[in-house]
Amino acid sequence: MTGFIAKSTIIGVMSLWMIVSATASNPEEDEIVFENAGFNHKCFNCHGQKTYHYFNQSTEKEVKDRMNPYFVIDSVAFYQSNHRNFMCTDCHSSDYENFPHNGELRMEPQFTCMDCHGGDPTFAQYQFERIEEEFQQSVHSTKHSNDFTCWMCHNPHTYKINARNNLNINEVIIYDNNICLSCHADINKYQLLSDQTNPNVLVTHDWLPNQALHFSKVRCIECHTEIDKEMLIAHKVQVKEKAVKRCVECHSQNSLLMATLYKFQTVEKRNKLGFFNAAILSDHYIIGANRNYYLNVASLIIFGLTLLGITIHAIIRIMSK
Amino acid sequence: MEQRLYLYPVWLRIWHWINAVLFLLLLFTGLSLQYSSVEFSFIDFDLAVTMHNVSGIIITIAYFMFLFGNMFTSNGRFYKAKRKGYISDLIVQIKYYTYGIFIHQKTPFPVTENRKFNPLQKLSYVASMYFLLPILILSGFALIFPEIIIKNVFGVSGIHLTGLVHIISGFSLSIFLFIHVYFCTIGKTPLANFKSMINGWH
Ligand code: HEC
Ligand code: HEC
Ligand code: HEC
Ligand code: HEC
Ligand code: HEC
Ligand code: HEC
Ligand code: HEC
Ligand code: HEM
Repeated sequence: MTGFIAKSTIIGVMSLWMIVSATASNPEEDEIVFENAGFNHKCFNCHGQKTYHYFNQSTEKEVKDRMNPYFVIDSVAFYQSNHRNFMCTDCHSSDYENFPHNGELRMEPQFTCMDCHGGDPTFAQYQFERIEEEFQQSVHSTKHSNDFTCWMCHNPHTYKINARNNLNINEVIIYDNNICLSCHADINKYQLLSDQTNPNVLVTHDWLPNQALHFSKVRCIECHTEIDKEMLIAHKVQVKEKAVKRCVECHSQNSLLMATLYKFQTVEKRNKLGFFNAAILSDHYIIGANRNYYLNVASLIIFGLTLLGITIHAIIRIMSK
Repeated sequence: MEQRLYLYPVWLRIWHWINAVLFLLLLFTGLSLQYSSVEFSFIDFDLAVTMHNVSGIIITIAYFMFLFGNMFTSNGRFYKAKRKGYISDLIVQIKYYTYGIFIHQKTPFPVTENRKFNPLQKLSYVASMYFLLPILILSGFALIFPEIIIKNVFGVSGIHLTGLVHIISGFSLSIFLFIHVYFCTIGKTPLANFKSMINGWH
């Protein structure tokens, strides 16, 4: 009888908890209304799809045509991006409201990040000035001068901060690597900037064992940028000769990953269970970097006792001979 | 006992020494992987990885040699658990090793044609060959092919758990190794057992 009561109480508490947590998570699922969505919808009517319609005044006909795939913008990604509250015409000329767009418009200079973010204390935490400085020294900038802009990596319509606020480190890795791979695995975008035939990253990294695992567990920038202790995301991509090639830089107790990938989580050196570099643990296991303090101590003690036992036994054996 | 017994067939000796050499290699490269550091290393990390993987694969093949050998030859009978009174035999053997041996008592379980191992040897050989080594091999292969490992176990990376299992079983076997080699010096002469393991005759 008491067992029955106990069980029903547990079930009752659990269902109550489930109901409460279900209602609590509801507001998040509500659709967020973006103030400029109404306006932007006009542009997305054409730029959100593979095809678009317009009224041809000379032939007086409704025309359906294909949209240049590079001009198609993913509205879902746009409304998750950093600049989701923007009107399209905050960055683009308001003359784009007319169709056909005036041919002159494409000659208009684009904003740069620094036009809006430079010297703005609201964004001090991101250190835009320092990023720009590092970027200027990077291979991309030095080799391609002004053609290579921040927009090349930060898609104006989808870029969303990740490493800073995404707790799922695997997602961050995929997001950040896709930025690099958008050129280094796509010859069309790559050749916007270079006439070289794109070296295949899978081939140029064939010295790395378990390559697929590495590429899904570390970011390109871990090996290719100069570590900057002051910054969350170092931006100085260096020439390939300076890239990290020594395995122990990650596979060791003072893994460089603690200064890069896991920077945000490296608060304590050892967590409760005694693992070094505990921040790495939940999704990763890096040979050499994840040692357990207690296991280390225990293994030393056991090993020492074994040797001691053997020595004592041997000495008595010899003496009693 | 002047009569000589042929207790270690050729296949067993070949297996044993391949196993011993590879195990030492694995231990050495394994330690240098686990305690790798930027400032100092015995051996380059990538070389250590390759050597560790290759030795691991060969020791696995050798392990199957041992398994089949024990399955299809009479050597397997030495590993059979167990008859009644084993625990008390074990205690007798432990008493002998901790006391009797020092006052020159006779060994309680002398080697005969049908009894190659004393109870303590049997326990440690069965435990290492049929328990620890298989675990070590399985977890090692899982780490070579991490895509087969369950991603996440209660919030802890599956690879990490596998790594822990691998390290703990490897450590236990290393402890076994030290004790094993030491106890092998307890024979007619300190080197007798080693000679046996080379020429086959006890
Ligand atoms: C009726 C369909 C239609 C509408 C509405 C429309 N566009 Fe376009 N847009 C196009 C087409 C087609 C092109 C490519 C041909 C061209 O450049 O005219 C284009 C090109 C562009 C380009 C690229 C110009 C270049 O060559 O680099 C930009 C930027 C642009 N549109 C912005 C906008 C914005 C902002 C809006 C909303 C205020 C908008 N468009 C509304 C159809 C449309
Ligand atoms: C934060 C500023 C910003 C906002 C907001 C913005 N754009 Fe853009 N857009 C740009 C920049 C910068 C480029 C040029 C990208 C480049 O040169 O790589 C661009 C390019 C384009 C292009 C040409 C395609 C391309 O990739 O070169 C189209 C079409 C376009 N934008 C449409 C839109 C539409 C539609 C919206 C609103 C939903 C919008 N943009 C909102 C900054 C913005
Ligand atoms: C036209 C001006 C303008 C341009 C150009 C611009 N930004 Fe912004 N950006 C803003 C404003 C305004 C906000 C604040 C938006 C808000 O809070 O909704 C913002 C927000 C951000 C944020 C913070 C998002 C957050 O949630 O805290 C980042 C990061 C950012 N921008 C990066 C960039 C980068 C990188 C570039 C260039 C590739 C760039 N921006 C170009 C105006 C701009
Ligand atoms: C070679 C590619 C590349 C270029 C070029 C580039 N960035 Fe980045 N940037 C990245 C990557 C990758 C991230 C990490 C994104 C994430 O996870 O949030 C990042 C992150 C950022 C962040 C967020 C940092 C934080 O603390 O959260 C800002 C701000 C930023 N970049 C600004 C810029 C500016 C400004 C420029 C041009 C001067 C620029 N970036 C050029 C690749 C690039
Ligand atoms: C473990 C460190 C590491 C990681 C992770 C890594 N790289 Fe590399 N990468 C290197 C090294 C080292 C070289 C120089 C190779 C050489 O010289 O043989 C290199 C070379 C390159 C080159 C020049 C190739 C050439 O021969 O011209 C490119 C481009 C490159 N990497 C891009 C990437 C991209 C994109 C990613 C992410 C998907 C990435 N790398 C991830 C270490 C790394
Ligand atoms: C917009 C396209 C584009 C993006 C995005 C991009 N790269 Fe590159 N990258 C290039 C081009 C083009 C070159 C060739 C430079 C040259 O002319 O030698 C290059 C060269 C390199 C090199 C080789 C430098 C050398 O010594 O040969 C490295 C390393 C590299 N990129 C790393 C990265 C990393 C890491 C990222 C992501 C953070 C990234 N790239 C993102 C276009 C891109
Ligand atoms: C930029 C940092 C970095 C560098 C440099 C690096 N690794 Fe790794 N490596 C990692 C990470 C992170 C993992 C763990 C992946 C995971 O979470 O399972 C890993 C995993 C591995 C594994 C797989 C272990 C398993 O679970 O199967 C091997 C083997 C390995 N690395 C060898 C090497 C070798 C050899 C080198 C040098 C040529 C090297 N690594 C260089 C970061 C690095
Ligand atoms: C340098 C390392 C080693 C040395 C010098 C060594 C020495 C010996 C000797 C002398 C014997 C014969 C004595 C006896 O039968 O008890 C023996 C047997 C044995 N050793 Fe080792 N050993 C070494 C490593 C290992 C390792 C690493 C393992 C297993 C992981 C192992 C497993 C065994 C087993 C199972 C037997 C009994 C074989 C049988 O007779 O069926 N040895 N070893």
